[in-house]
Amino acid sequence: MLRFNRTRFIAILKKEFIQIRRDKPSLMMAIAMPVILLLLFGYAVNTDVEHLPTVIWDQSQSVNSREMIEAFRNTNYLDPAYYVYGYDEVEEKLDSGRARVAIVIPPDFGKRLHGLEQGSLQVLVDGSDPTVARAAMSAVQLVGLDKSLSLQTERLLEQGISGTTGMPVNVETRVWYNPDMKSTVFNIPALIGLILQNVIAMLTAFSMVREKERGTMEQIVVTPIRSLELLLGKLVPFVIIGFVSLSLILTIGIYWFGVPPKGSILLLISLSTIFMFTILAIGLLISTVARTQLQAMQMTFLLILPSILLSGFVFPRETMPKLLQFLGALLPLTYFLEIVRGIFLKGIGIKYLWQDTLALSVFAVILVAIASKKFKKNLD
Amino acid sequence: MSLAIDCNNLGKSFGNYVAVQGVSFQLPEGAIMGFVGPNGAGKTTTIRMLCGVLLPSEGSAKVLGFDVKAQSEEIKQRIGYMSQKFSLYEDLTVEENLNFYAGVYSLTGVMAQEQMTKVISRITLDSRLNQMVGSLSGGWKQRVALACALMHNPQLLVLDEPTAGVDPVSRRVFWDIIRQLSKEGMTILVSTHYMDEADSCDYLGFVFYGRLIAFGSPVQMKEKEGRANLDDLFIYYVEREAVEDPRNRQAVKRRQK
Ligand SMILES: Nc1ncnc2c1ncn2[C@@H]1O[C@H](COP(=O)(O)OP(=O)(O)OP(=O)(O)O)[C@@H](O)[C@H]1O
Ligand SMILES: [Mg+2]
Repeated sequence: MLRFNRTRFIAILKKEFIQIRRDKPSLMMAIAMPVILLLLFGYAVNTDVEHLPTVIWDQSQSVNSREMIEAFRNTNYLDPAYYVYGYDEVEEKLDSGRARVAIVIPPDFGKRLHGLEQGSLQVLVDGSDPTVARAAMSAVQLVGLDKSLSLQTERLLEQGISGTTGMPVNVETRVWYNPDMKSTVFNIPALIGLILQNVIAMLTAFSMVREKERGTMEQIVVTPIRSLELLLGKLVPFVIIGFVSLSLILTIGIYWFGVPPKGSILLLISLSTIFMFTILAIGLLISTVARTQLQAMQMTFLLILPSILLSGFVFPRETMPKLLQFLGALLPLTYFLEIVRGIFLKGIGIKYLWQDTLALSVFAVILVAIASKKFKKNLD
Repeated sequence: MSLAIDCNNLGKSFGNYVAVQGVSFQLPEGAIMGFVGPNGAGKTTTIRMLCGVLLPSEGSAKVLGFDVKAQSEEIKQRIGYMSQKFSLYEDLTVEENLNFYAGVYSLTGVMAQEQMTKVISRITLDSRLNQMVGSLSGGWKQRVALACALMHNPQLLVLDEPTAGVDPVSRRVFWDIIRQLSKEGMTILVSTHYMDEADSCDYLGFVFYGRLIAFGSPVQMKEKEGRANLDDLFIYYVEREAVEDPRNRQAVKRRQK
């Protein structure tokens, strides 16, 4: 039954390429969608907290208070943008959202510091977005701690106690893999997976469903074409489109967003190929269930949401409830994200990625098996 | 004379519903057989079983000497089929469609080229080769579909309502081609709702409610029931047979059990 005829296969392949070339919407989807998604996500899904507009009510107007404000500005987290003179104004700036952080320095701030007392200041943070609030809070606390330490050292020195200029404990932190903690560095590699999945699954499903929808399948089934020939003839073009999309995403990611992979591109491409097979199979499965292209599109969209939320694309999977973690583990994208991020950010090789690779391969084999079986049955 | 189609007690059920039942007939090679009967009678279902696409639920059939159940691949390679619903690629040109079907029937090189030239001149498609199939008129679409079905020079040509919705002139052109093919030795099975077309067939099968209730040459059939023309015969059969669709009664009975 597995007699594979090359002439038939090539006839299908040729026909498929002509159709893809003429089908402007699909071509647009294959080329434009990756670019648009990449730019959209690359810029919009930016969780970096920087330059938060800050309102300052400096009642002290002293050298110390001004030093403090400069210290805040130097963190790059806060951007003192408004200087006001009253609580009403502080409130107004926060309410209107023009400022996300407010710093209120009391009148006696400078005086107390000079008098070797404790000077306190108040920081108000807009907590609507917890990520922003957390980042702002830890930034101001660090500034406070830093300032306290240097003042303390000064005071001790003035009292004649020397030798303690250094701190007893020095916690030296260093961030690995993504030292600037840029969210694009984290997101761009992951986008490779998300975009490939959506574009290729949808295109594959479309191409299959179209034959049903337009009735051309009626004629195909009466010809000697084997299901394997049809399957490969239809999938090979999309493997090629998948690689074009992949190169496009990689190029934009590397040269436009400046996120070069630390690890081997070759490894990335070979593992992407495995991932591509799982996607093609998903597209195929969708096409066996969907009757129209519209249905196929809806089903693909149904897949996108869990892919974004559960795969670790935006939220770390470690902190999810067990059930969601389990659901996420059922998505091939989850493993692929580990792989791309590992290669891009950490530059690690197969030695550390073999488990994810294995999981992905198992998915590929199972999905391809189910899909081709269902596909074959669908032809009868 | 050997048989192109030999079917015995062929039947097909979809779940509870018996679409075709007990169809038996023998069609000699080189003949044109017309398949007539009201909508939903089971013509398409029978045709699809004979093409090896639909597995019969009962009975057996041999097409060109091959068993429809076990040797569908051999049958598919030797028959040309035009489905009831137009099913060529509308976003491909006439020539691209022809090329596709040449490849599908494993024709390559000189063979493919020769067949292509032959079919194009027979159907006189020269002027339309580079036209998108989607932009052709109904009559032309059917001619292109016929051309595709003839690409591999099949022994048996199966046409499911090829002239439905086609104007009289195009219909005549179409049938001229069919008769010419038959003269050259091709066997043809064609379903139709047009009695003038049926009248010109060598053999005729009347399908009513899933059963082949009459089979023979048009002259024989008219004589047997004493009718002057096929229209009268058709109406006579309908009135005689169909007080109620027996398939529906059976389905009801089964459900009540
Ligand atoms: N796949 C199927 N599942 C269920 N019922 C079916 C299926 N295919 C056909 N039928 C039913 O079988 C009966 C015969 O259909 P068929 O298409 O063979 O009729 P036909 O003689 O070709 O009619 P027409 O002249 O309208 O083309 C119809 O009642 C149809 O509804
Ligand atoms: Mg029909």
